[in-house]
Amino acid sequence: MVLKYLLEKEVKQFLRNPIFPRIVMMFPVIVLLVMPWATSFEVENVNVVVVDADNTVMSQRLTHKIDGSRYFNLVGTTASYWQALAMVESHEADLVLEIPDGFEKILIHEGNAEFQVSANSVNGSRGSLGANYMNMLVGDFSTEIAVENGRDVVKPVDVIVRNLYNELLDYKKFMVPALIVIVLIILCGFLPALNIVNEKEIGTISQINVTPVGRWTFIFAKLLPYWVIGMLAISIGFTVAWLVYGLVPKGSFVTIYLAAAIFILVVSSLGLIVSNYSATMQQAMFLMMFIMIIFILMSGLFTPIASMPEWAQWVAFFNPPHYVIDILRSVYLKGGTMASNAFEFAMLGAFAIVTSLLAMFSYRKRE
Amino acid sequence: MGLGVNIVNISKKYGSTVAVDNVSLNVAAGELLGIIGPDGAGKSTLLRMIATLVLPDSGEIKVGDYDGIADYHSIRRILGYMPGRFSLYQDLTVEENLDFFASVFGTTVTANYHYIKDIYCALEPFKRRRAGKLSGGMKQKLALCCSLIHHPEVLLLDEPTTGVDPVSRYEFWEILKRLSGAGMTIIVSTPYMDEAYKCHRIAMMLNGRIVKSGTPDEIIQEFDKRLWKVTGGDVYDLLLVLRSCPEVELCNSFGNSLHVVADTTKEKLCSFLAGNGYEDVLVEPLSPTVEDCFIEYVVGKDGK
Repeated sequence: MVLKYLLEKEVKQFLRNPIFPRIVMMFPVIVLLVMPWATSFEVENVNVVVVDADNTVMSQRLTHKIDGSRYFNLVGTTASYWQALAMVESHEADLVLEIPDGFEKILIHEGNAEFQVSANSVNGSRGSLGANYMNMLVGDFSTEIAVENGRDVVKPVDVIVRNLYNELLDYKKFMVPALIVIVLIILCGFLPALNIVNEKEIGTISQINVTPVGRWTFIFAKLLPYWVIGMLAISIGFTVAWLVYGLVPKGSFVTIYLAAAIFILVVSSLGLIVSNYSATMQQAMFLMMFIMIIFILMSGLFTPIASMPEWAQWVAFFNPPHYVIDILRSVYLKGGTMASNAFEFAMLGAFAIVTSLLAMFSYRKRE
Repeated sequence: MGLGVNIVNISKKYGSTVAVDNVSLNVAAGELLGIIGPDGAGKSTLLRMIATLVLPDSGEIKVGDYDGIADYHSIRRILGYMPGRFSLYQDLTVEENLDFFASVFGTTVTANYHYIKDIYCALEPFKRRRAGKLSGGMKQKLALCCSLIHHPEVLLLDEPTTGVDPVSRYEFWEILKRLSGAGMTIIVSTPYMDEAYKCHRIAMMLNGRIVKSGTPDEIIQEFDKRLWKVTGGDVYDLLLVLRSCPEVELCNSFGNSLHVVADTTKEKLCSFLAGNGYEDVLVEPLSPTVEDCFIEYVVGKDGK
């Protein structure tokens, strides 16, 4: 059986590579240990400078309240707005809170004092979230004061938000399943992309091409090892997710492994296509890099697809990782099943058929 | 008995570069044919077209009765090809490479061991060594074993002795002679002119064309000019002086002597040299080698 010998050769070559087996073992562990902490979207430690033109007990109380919040770091109080702005320019502060003269008087007598918040919005989400937190904090503060002064607090509607599926809004729960997909994209995308082109560079491809080995057999023997490697890597990933973050899927592992199995076929076929069309490893690397950036940024991993412009949503529609990330998140957080993700599975299946066929047809045994 | 190879008017272009230009070649069954030519002459492309790796733009190739374009599947079973660059799996051992190539051709090393025995015995002590760690000559022997393991009828070798030491080169050609003696058709390309004598027939290739073909003797006999060997004195100065002589058609250095093509007599040549201050140089008539013929042809075409 020729396939058996081809596979045996691939496995031997892989295991004898001084780096690849270690990468496959270490990569999922490192990604899952480091990335969930770094990819948090919570904005904390916003540096605030207070311009206190009032300088009363009340304004100092507000300043202390800011200092005590976990979202804010009080980096200083200044007498003028311009001094505070200088601190923003020198990156010492992100946010300026200006308490006007007469703040205390107005607040106590009239109950609705005004103040100004200026946020450095070079980093948009940090600026707007910081300003929002500040609004809430000051709102809270004015309620406090109003209650102390025996005034009725009128709250038109009190909204209580309950976060379904992730009560504490823990970003790690949300990121870990997606990061496992990233591990798959990189391992099962790059390794095959380098494989055939490597045979081209060292010249063995022409030895293979003069043999009667069929291209289907050849490509299949190239795909199968990455499928095993991918399965191994995500299993390591699931273990780390469980040991370190205590994350276990609410749904079934069968659903997850099935989705991963189809997805690996998609990415490794893509890798082989890139490899077939590249003449050198450099070309293959660059092309794969380009594809991966689109894969990752358009997958809904960091930014929700629903908030993308319509054309970008169409790009995401044809982006395979989008579906596998959806499936993994749904199984991990909501206990999703194959039936509840039928559309995603169908899309992945369609991608798998198209890419694996293209991988076979793009491999030419003669020029 | 091997199969003949019949090539009719094949051409191959890469962009605007003509790699092979309207080449026709007939190789009889069991013949050992050498394709000789400088780098970039189109030797490798020609071999790759016969090996069914490159499709010719036009023309026809037949290996036995098989058509090179339509029946490439059948040809791949009966053909052995050894590329110019060492192209076995460097991270597999000698034994594993051999096993691998035997199995992709649907055979086993044990079944065909007798075909490679003579060559493989030199490799046997190193069979557990990775192919990448072999010496140059050993690598070529292993590559030859791998291209012979399915017992091909036609063997194509692309510069098999480039970068190989003289002893290994000698051994390699002995092996080729033995194989062709056993009836295998062998086409081998080489940039070394001295290897031409080991072939039954040679085809000289230049700029994508076969400019001359025949047995080594025929080619030498076609050389109808007088050739002289000049030794003594500083080779480079002497070369410049001789090239300035109006009778000298061609002058090139071969080691520490000069080969001079000049339609003149020994006396005239000696007196010309004496007139230029070279009293005690030795001038003797020389019978041409294949290399002389080739250089004469190449430079002659260049219009010097």
